[in-house]
Formats: sequence, structure tokens, C-alpha cells
Amino acid sequence: MCGIVGIYLKNEELNSQLGTFLADMLVEMSDRGPDSAGIALYRDPVSQSSCKLTLNVEGNFDWANLQASMSGYLGSNVTLEILASHAVVVAASDGTALQEWLGSEYPELRVMSAGSAIEIYKEKGLPRDFVKDFELHNLNGSHALGHTRMATESAVTTEHSHPFSTGMDLCLVHNGSLSNHNRLRQQLINEGVDIQTDNDSEVAAAYLMWRLREGDELEEALDRALMDLDGFYTFAIGTKDGFAVLRDPIACKPAVMAETDDWVAMSSEYRAIAQLPGSANAHVWEPSPATVYTWGH
Amino acid sequence: MKTFDLNVDPVRMVNQELHDSPVGGFSINSPEGRHCIACGVDAEIDVTIDGHVGYYCAGMNKLASIQIAGNAGPGVAENMMSGSVRIKGNASQYAGASAHGGTLIIEGDASSRCGISMKGADIIVMGSVGHMSAFMAQSGRLVICGDAGDYLGDSIYEADIYILGETGELGVDCIEKKMTAEHRDSLSDLLIANKIDRSAKEFRRYGSARKLYNFNIDHADDY
Repeated sequence: MCGIVGIYLKNEELNSQLGTFLADMLVEMSDRGPDSAGIALYRDPVSQSSCKLTLNVEGNFDWANLQASMSGYLGSNVTLEILASHAVVVAASDGTALQEWLGSEYPELRVMSAGSAIEIYKEKGLPRDFVKDFELHNLNGSHALGHTRMATESAVTTEHSHPFSTGMDLCLVHNGSLSNHNRLRQQLINEGVDIQTDNDSEVAAAYLMWRLREGDELEEALDRALMDLDGFYTFAIGTKDGFAVLRDPIACKPAVMAETDDWVAMSSEYRAIAQLPGSANAHVWEPSPATVYTWGH
Repeated sequence: MKTFDLNVDPVRMVNQELHDSPVGGFSINSPEGRHCIACGVDAEIDVTIDGHVGYYCAGMNKLASIQIAGNAGPGVAENMMSGSVRIKGNASQYAGASAHGGTLIIEGDASSRCGISMKGADIIVMGSVGHMSAFMAQSGRLVICGDAGDYLGDSIYEADIYILGETGELGVDCIEKKMTAEHRDSLSDLLIANKIDRSAKEFRRYGSARKLYNFNIDHADDY
């Protein structure tokens, strides 16, 4: 089943409330996905010479030690902010190089997201616990995606939870199931794309990353996805400055969108959108099958 | 007129009150996309829902007249037996699925699979319908004042489809049929009875070519 939500703020004055909006939408989608919850949110972009990583680890971890050793390695101060089982690192470094260093020095760490604005938090368990543990009401940002998971294709773990990010500032949440993910995963691995789990949705994220790497614009990549991805899907895709929605041509997985002067939102069901201020007077519609919708700053 | 507010009254309690009431008028506020509102009503009552509803609103309706002043989520009036359901806004997928009787009126657009497997209801969509509408429709009438998406009437049995606008690619075994005087009169009566300001003369009729009714040995390799 799963529930997906996305919100994109047109009115910057609301940025401080993004986390509250997202939390309310996510909890409303608990029935659709009680196994795990996750969000990707975009805020405070770092300078071009820096990168922002979200890291996660099981159990206890000495984050201060990591911060010191990373600062030592880079020869410059690294900022690190802990949020529940995750931490966000901002460092004056190239994101790819830093991930390679982390992979060899701290193999127990998982890199949830990398880019300049994206942060990803996800954890197994009920959405309301997630919202509390990660203090969602305190988070600001310009746009965000969320996912509540009812697992069907692979295990219930944090790393199998959504959102999936396989490229800089790119992430994807998915309601549905892909039927050709095994073959596609192998093809993408052959293309040198890093895929970490056996989850079908991660393959969709990896596919988009690969197309963008090959030079496609996001809309081109999504048009091509319609041909190459087989299965049922409603996707919400986040990029550094925008978000996109795509449904497969059969479109049996639900999706509803709404727009006001202040925001654009999408969700699996209207009741998540009903949590937003001004929703009663919003323009509400169902996205058409096989049609790419995008918004950008 | 009794009024409920779903931010205060649970859906289950409200539905139970509707089930327990042989007559009367009811107003339901703050639906906010909740599921199964006014499901399983079995009496000549009048229900108005003020806002957008979620899944399966007015499902299995019998006798009641239900108005939705908003959009409806998937499966509105699913398996309706009689009565009427009228939606001011748009309806999501499979509106009126397998409905046996009654009248479903959607003033806006309906999404995919509108009237899938319908079994005798009248469904009037004042806007357009999405793909695969009237899929395997068995009986009843689907009236479309706008356009239809691809695969209209795929594998249709004996339902009638009337349409004013454009059709995409037609579904398997669905063909345009002659609009006889009998069909025109019956459609005209339906439009007048439901205060739809359209002339039956403008509509085209689609239905089954009946080529899927029997196994065709010449096509054995296609199966």
C-alpha cells in the first residue's frame, strides 16, 4: 500500500512551518504505511565548494569522534548536527570524495543523502513515533517529501525505508511495486550505478540518477522512465529546487494534488492535504496517468 | 435536519445513525477526505456531505439520496443498489464500480475506470472520464458529456455508453452503434429526470460488438 506526501512552498514566509505541515500529512497516512516512515527535506543550501551529507547508524556511535576525524582529514572544520539516529554533516569537500572516505573509514555508517540542500531521515516504526523522535515540528525548509511504508517487496528495515536517494540532491518516494526491478538493477549496476538494497523503489531512484548523469533533464528522464519501468507506481521526486510527480499509464495507485497561492501539495489521499492551511479552498485535482508534473523555484 | 461534524463524531457512529434512521435529512460537515462516509445506507433518507470525501463514499447505497459538495476519492457509490449519489466536484478512480442500480451524477470529471463492471446503474458524468471507463460493463448506462480516455468500454457486455465529446482508442470489442429512436428517447428521459441541460440528439452511442461472447477458434493462437 504505502502513503506518499509532498509539499512545495510557493510562499517563503511559510518555510519555518514546513516540518509541521509534513508531520501532519505523514501521520494522516499512517494507515497506509505503519511499518516505517521517512522524509526528505530541502533547506539551507550550502556553498558550491561544500557538501551536506545525512548519515545514519544502528546503535551507539561516537559522532564527536567522527566530526574530529573528518575535520582532521579535510583540514577544515566540519559541522555536525545529530537528530535521533541520524546526523547531518556539512563539510568543505566534494560530496563524492567524502563519501568514499567515509566508506573506507566508517563502513558502519550509511549515507542517507548527499547534496547541497537535501536531508533524509527515515526509521522503521509508526509515523507518529518518527515525527516525535525526529522533532519534525522544528524543521524548516522550502520543499519536502514523505513516505509511510507498508512493506510488500522487501524487508522492514531502516535502509529499506523510503525516501531513496542515489544522486546529489535527488530523491524519490514510491507507492506501488515494480515488476522488472531485478533486471533493471543489474543493468544499472553494469552502468556503474551504486545500489545498496534489493528494494524495487531504490531501482527507480537509481534509474533517474543514471539518466540525469547521462545528461537528461528531469522531465526527459521521467518520460524515459515511463518506457523502461514496468509495474505500478506513483512517484514523487525531489530535486534541489523543485519536485515532480509521475504515475504509470495504468494509474491504479492513488494520487491527488492541490494548489493554493502558498503551496503545492501531493498525496496518496486527500485527507493528508486536508491538514494544510487553506486546503478547503485549494484547487484539487487527480494527476493524469503517464504525465509528468513538475514545480521549481 | 440533523448535523454531524466528523472532526467530532466518528464516521462509524455517523454511519450507524444513518443506518438506524428510516427517514430524515442529514448534513455531514468536515469530511476532510475520510473513508466510507455514508456507506451502506438502506433507507429513503437525504444526506449532504459538505467537502471532499475519501475512499468508498456512499458505497452500497440503497434508496438514499446522497450529495457530496466536493470531490470524491476512489470507489464512490461502489456497488450502489438504488437511490442517487450526486457529486459537485470530480470523482477519482472506479466511480460507480459494479453498481447495480440507482443514479450516480458527477458534475465534474471522473478519473479512470468509471463504471467498471457496472451492472445496471445509470452514471452521468458532466465532464470527461479517464481511461478504461465502462470496462466489462454488464448493464446500465454511462453517459459522458465530455470526452473519454483510451480503452472505453473494453470487454463490454450489454451496457450502453452515450458520449458527446471525443473518444480515444476504443477498448476491445467496443464499437459505435446506431442511436435508435428508442435509445434517444430513453436517454432524453434520463437527462430530463436528472435536470441535465443537454439534448439526447447530440450524443453518440457505443456498446458491445459481441465478438468476445464465444470462443473463436480462428484466434486460438492469440489466447
